[in-house]
Amino acid sequence: MQDLREKYLKAVAGVSDEAALEEIRLAALGKKGEISLKMRELGKMTPEERQTTGKALNVLKDEIDAALRAKKAALADAALDARLAEEWLDVTLPGRPRRQGTIHPVSQVMDEVTAIFADMGFAVAEGPQIEDDWHNFDALNIAPEHPARQEHDTFFMNRAEGDNRPPHVLRTHTSPVQIRAMLDQGAPIRVIAPGRVYRMDMDQTHTPMFHQVEGMAIGRDISMANLKWVLEEFCKAFFEVDGVELRFRASHFPFTEPSAEVDIRCSWKGGSLKIGEGDDWMEILGSGMMHPKVLEAGGIDPNEWQGFAFGMGIDRLAMLKYGIPDLRAFFESDLRWLKHYGFNALDLPTVFGGLSR
Amino acid sequence: MKFTLSWLKDHLDTTASVDEIAYALTDLGLEVEEVIDPAAKLAAFTLARVTAAQQHPDADRLRVCTVLTDEGEKQIVCGAPNAREGITVVLCKPGDYVPGIDVTLSVGKIRGVESHGMMASERELELSDEHNGIIELPADSVGAEVGQKFTDWLAANRPEAVDPVFDIAITPNRPDALGVRGIARDLAARGLGMLKPLEVEPVPGGFPSPVSVSIDPALKETGCPLFAGRVIRGVTNGPSPEWLQKRLRAIGLRPISALVDITNYFTYDLNRPLHVFDMAKVAGDLRIQPAKGGEEFLALDEKTYTMRAGDMVICDDNGVESLAGIMGGEASGADETTTDVFLESAYWTPITIAATGRALKINSDARYRFERGIDPEFTLPGLELATQMVLDLCGGEASEIAMDGAVPDTTRAYRLDPARVISLVGMDIPEATQRETLTALGFTLNGDMATPPSWRPDVLGAADLVEEVARIASLTKLQGTPMARETSGVPDPILTPMQVRTRMARRMIASLGYNECVTYSFIDAASATLFGGGADATKLDNPISSEMTHMRPDLLPGLLQAAARNQARGFSDLALFEVGPAFSGGEPGEQVVQAAGLLVGQAGPRDPWGSRRPVDLYDAKADLEAALSAIGAPARAQINRKLDAWWHPGRAGTLALGPNVLASFGEVHPKTLREMGVKGPAVAFTIWLENVPFPKKKGATRPALSSSDLQAVERDFAFVVDAKVEAITAVNAALGADKKLIDSVQVFDQFTGAKAEEQMGAGKKSIALSVRLQPSDKTLTDAEIEAVSAKIIDKVAKATGGSLRG
Repeated sequence: MQDLREKYLKAVAGVSDEAALEEIRLAALGKKGEISLKMRELGKMTPEERQTTGKALNVLKDEIDAALRAKKAALADAALDARLAEEWLDVTLPGRPRRQGTIHPVSQVMDEVTAIFADMGFAVAEGPQIEDDWHNFDALNIAPEHPARQEHDTFFMNRAEGDNRPPHVLRTHTSPVQIRAMLDQGAPIRVIAPGRVYRMDMDQTHTPMFHQVEGMAIGRDISMANLKWVLEEFCKAFFEVDGVELRFRASHFPFTEPSAEVDIRCSWKGGSLKIGEGDDWMEILGSGMMHPKVLEAGGIDPNEWQGFAFGMGIDRLAMLKYGIPDLRAFFESDLRWLKHYGFNALDLPTVFGGLSR
Repeated sequence: MKFTLSWLKDHLDTTASVDEIAYALTDLGLEVEEVIDPAAKLAAFTLARVTAAQQHPDADRLRVCTVLTDEGEKQIVCGAPNAREGITVVLCKPGDYVPGIDVTLSVGKIRGVESHGMMASERELELSDEHNGIIELPADSVGAEVGQKFTDWLAANRPEAVDPVFDIAITPNRPDALGVRGIARDLAARGLGMLKPLEVEPVPGGFPSPVSVSIDPALKETGCPLFAGRVIRGVTNGPSPEWLQKRLRAIGLRPISALVDITNYFTYDLNRPLHVFDMAKVAGDLRIQPAKGGEEFLALDEKTYTMRAGDMVICDDNGVESLAGIMGGEASGADETTTDVFLESAYWTPITIAATGRALKINSDARYRFERGIDPEFTLPGLELATQMVLDLCGGEASEIAMDGAVPDTTRAYRLDPARVISLVGMDIPEATQRETLTALGFTLNGDMATPPSWRPDVLGAADLVEEVARIASLTKLQGTPMARETSGVPDPILTPMQVRTRMARRMIASLGYNECVTYSFIDAASATLFGGGADATKLDNPISSEMTHMRPDLLPGLLQAAARNQARGFSDLALFEVGPAFSGGEPGEQVVQAAGLLVGQAGPRDPWGSRRPVDLYDAKADLEAALSAIGAPARAQINRKLDAWWHPGRAGTLALGPNVLASFGEVHPKTLREMGVKGPAVAFTIWLENVPFPKKKGATRPALSSSDLQAVERDFAFVVDAKVEAITAVNAALGADKKLIDSVQVFDQFTGAKAEEQMGAGKKSIALSVRLQPSDKTLTDAEIEAVSAKIIDKVAKATGGSLRG
């Protein structure tokens, strides 16, 4: 019995392919295998012999069977390893191409601005870009002969012969949306209005189309101090700095009274802009308390309600925040520029997740 | 508006520094654009005395000077002919920057002799063009001592040389600040000094004015309420005195002659534009009247203007002598030979001046001021002061005043509500301070009613009082106060469904690999016409260039132009998109929001996987479908071939719900590509975002998922059909064979072209459908599957006119 055990375990260990292993299995455990034949001989033994021999044979059978299975698994593994070793591919080759799209900085910044003001309770209002002169000027307290009207560098639409209405204009600012929003919704109201605006001006730093965002809040006791706080909060969130310092400077806009231009403390050290530190002041927006005549034009009683309005350039905000040097390039659609300054489609600015990465 | 510190001090008694004044001006709303302080660049230089001057050993024209300075004796080599012993000079030391030669000095050797600095000429210090020699200071002048600062000496002896110049921006509402006195008044109200009184002594007339004046009744209301003037006989119109010339030069004006300089001086000093007629060239009386139209007028700017009918002019018997309130005429202008003049001071109404000036495109200091509104009450006092100055500087004798009209009454009063001021500004400004501010600005307070001064035409309501109080109190001091949300708790969404959709479309298309562009809303006429626009209604009256004449009717031309520009830079494979307005007409609201994508060139780069292939309409269609799905468009819009002219007629389609067009997609027409200068292939899609119906809001709950555990069965069918049969016909027919059982139908193959026709006959193709059957109550038997298959074959054959491919 000991001979049998040694013979077969040795044979199993020495085998190198599955066919030879099967032959050993048949020789040992097959129907006519050596161990199977020995099992058959048990019938001829005495019960005592049968018991001891039977038990020993069973142990032997199990042992050889286990060895056979283990060897079979080992051979299969070796075969697989050999195959996998053959299946080598060059992992440094490129993956199948997938285009990478981008969001334009203007769209991204509009989303950022919207996210911040939404958090302060401002909705988003819109209006047409071809405007009548009442909405663009008169309703905003800019009378036809007001010098401010000349300073707007307005684009006028063609008027057909015989049509004696004043020509429509391409809106020179987003402020006409104030009027439309007031007429639509009444007071109290808080809205921002981002969008395209147009001025007849084209040079190093001006393009005939650019983007503004208008803001307006009307309530019972909204003050210029509230305006300052809102703008401070906005700048802090937008520029993603801990502290900002704003300076209000008296100025003049026909549609606000008092009016203020707003400067932000910054530093230009080393040629790069840092908001919230340094000794320089940079003008970033115009603002003020809404003129009673503008409230009236919007159908709101200035004796009952008061509020503020402001307007700022979205392209300029984008340039300041992201260090984009040239306004004109915004509208040239140079692929290199779009890819360099553009944003990932999934970079959706939120207050809870952050505005920028 | 420019002025100097010394000029300001004519009106303001102040000890404030240049910095304090500049800060206050900006804070008051008179924004300082620049302060030019001539002393700044001269600050380093000190006075010194030449104690010895000897000939340079190696140079004829150089002298070696011993110079006594605040740091002892120094040796300086000097080439100036006047460098000699005993003179007091201006010393520039090594390390100093010398502005006129743009050099920072160092110790040097000149022809072998060491030189420790230089002695400056006027030109080297940018004081004048004088360069014949170095500056020699009179030894007996104030402060001419060794070691003194040169700027101190200048301040004592030549103050105009170190007089700081302020350049400030004036907002259109502040005509009063277009005179130095108005600026001084603001500063005084702020507390930066006292406004000096302005004394007006009437000049008695020695004789009746030989010229009479009259205003056409039609213009008294609307153009010229008051016209006054007087003749001054026997003047001498030479150069004006040095002090006046220096003042004018300091603010960038060229001195011309005493009379002209006086009018310019009054314009800037007191915001009182004047005009002087040479009596020798005026015939008869002066009349203010509307032009007949067509008169030619040579103005002082040496240009000839043709009057329009109704333009307000000043005429004499010779015709038009002055474009009233805008510019005088060359014919009657004063020159050095002038002896008798008529000095005019009038009040012209802003609207008339603005309209005329704009129509004739003339800009002048007078127009600028009259159209913003000067002080009507000051018309006659201004005339008196100017008369006196003419008499003082030019001599002569003044006549009595000739005038027509009267000072218009601008009296009005508004209620000062101190509590409202505090509420609006959000700053605690005591009532007494509010009243003091207004008084200092010239307002008259009567109880709580405030009457604005005549020089403030911009104050037209109670809100303007608030502004005055706030800006004098200083908005810089304003502290932010939190503004609570109108509702507490979690805020409601603030975007409208359309705003949400626009953002979704933009971000979806970008995630499909397109680069977002923002292109101009206006394009050239040819491109606009090519894309269904270009009508006069969408034309700009005053385009900024011929490339930007029409509002764009569609986004594609802008994207195609962008593609052409990128191709010119060597980028041929492009995926560009834009989401923005397109304009169907020229009325407000005739604009829609489009989302357009453009693919040009190859779908991928050259790579080992053969990714490079030309983009085709199915690329555009897939992206369009993804975008539509993202914005919640219904899955089964009909596709038709009602196409705009810029699409390939055979390789483009339109998605519509009935007459409502949602989108178009496909290849861009080759002719359009050629005209836009784009090398193809190019495919595109355009979505009319507003046209996609919004799903009815049904709450957030989804219907329960119905899925079956029973085995689904897939069966494939191939049909031979005419080559132009659309696959959708077969798919819809198959779907209709058993609506309950058939879960989906996919086209999984098509076989077209010459080889297909060889097998299946001319004009034929094969399309292969995979139909998925999903039983819901029991497993399908073979017989049931056969029955459905037969129905599918039958329906598809009927619908397409084809047959099952054998």
